[in-house]
Amino acid sequence: MVWQTLKRWYHMLGSPRYFYTFSSRVLPWLTPIAVLTLAAGLVWGLAFAPSDYQQGNSYRIIFIHVPASSGALMGYMALGVSGLVAVVWRMKMAEVMLKAIAPFGAGLAAISLVTGALWGKPTWGTYWQWDARMTSMLILLFMYVGVIALQAVIRDPRQAARAAGLLAMVGVINVVIVKYSVEWVQTLHQGSTLKMFGESTIDPAMKYPLLLSMLGLWLLYAVNVLLRARTEVMWRERRSKWVNKLVKEGDR
Amino acid sequence: MNAVRKQRLILVVSILVGLAIACGLMFYALRQNINLFFTPQQVMAGEAPLDTQMRVGGLVEEGSVVRDQQTLDVQFVLTDGKGSFTVHYQGILPDLFREGQGIVANGTLISTNRFEAEEVLAKHDETYMPPEVQDALEKAGHPGAKKVNSEQ
Repeated sequence: MVWQTLKRWYHMLGSPRYFYTFSSRVLPWLTPIAVLTLAAGLVWGLAFAPSDYQQGNSYRIIFIHVPASSGALMGYMALGVSGLVAVVWRMKMAEVMLKAIAPFGAGLAAISLVTGALWGKPTWGTYWQWDARMTSMLILLFMYVGVIALQAVIRDPRQAARAAGLLAMVGVINVVIVKYSVEWVQTLHQGSTLKMFGESTIDPAMKYPLLLSMLGLWLLYAVNVLLRARTEVMWRERRSKWVNKLVKEGDR
Repeated sequence: MNAVRKQRLILVVSILVGLAIACGLMFYALRQNINLFFTPQQVMAGEAPLDTQMRVGGLVEEGSVVRDQQTLDVQFVLTDGKGSFTVHYQGILPDLFREGQGIVANGTLISTNRFEAEEVLAKHDETYMPPEVQDALEKAGHPGAKKVNSEQ
């Protein structure tokens, strides 16, 4: 039953035209929800959450650092899945997604590295150390850049998608390393504060604004992916009847 | 799934599994080099090289910090419960440096019980809470309050 529904979705969203109309319906309400959630989370965290017993106010950068890092990691997982579908099933929408997911994720990885460095100076006493977490996160940024560059450098979009898809899949190994680096080896970076299972070691008054900022940024990422995918779909289907009809009607 | 796709899927999955295993083995083999620092236990066991630039990490032992009144010289004992040695440092310590705090020091090991640090970095653990909560925990003698000072 669930499998049937998923399969139907897969086939429906696999159609560029269906995706276009579907995203037209989703974006008008997803965009404001994303912006409002992120704004609420950030204002709550940066201005109203209590200060930390050890780090004082400098810990507040967590409300940007953690959402950005988690977004970059999740984005890369999505990139890996798109890569698998693009390489094995040659699905057009997966190729589109491969192109749509990468830029925002690369930006988030860069934000994560910069905010981490800025946070590291006042707390650890250094901007950068070559510890496992920081180094693997830097590699994640390079992976993102690699996927983007590979798509830009190969002229044929279908061939580009296969090459980039393979790179995206291989890079997923690095995502696992980023996630568990703080548990497997000794690092300067702290262990995970938010735990999927078990109790998080953060006061609820700080946890809720953090979760809200994370959710907001993820939704904003989704909005960005939809917008980029729509542009890419239009470009790829520029010779089709439905796109030409849309253009004539003046629909953006 | 048709035969061509199945073949591609098998190929891709086997490439990925192979790479994952290779990375896993590499990571495992290089574990010691990937570790950012040596622990006091390793230093005591003689696993850390003498007279070489390297990092050590552990907890600053309670009551062991001795500051020079005239200069920036500071000396403290670094421990992990299984070993300990003295660290000597000249310079400004990070704000989070305190007794019981986890730190990472960069420098050279003179002997198995003396480390000359050129740089001291403070670690912090994954616990975040407002100061009032920390006070309340301490007052109540909650075991969580002690956890504050114990870096893993």
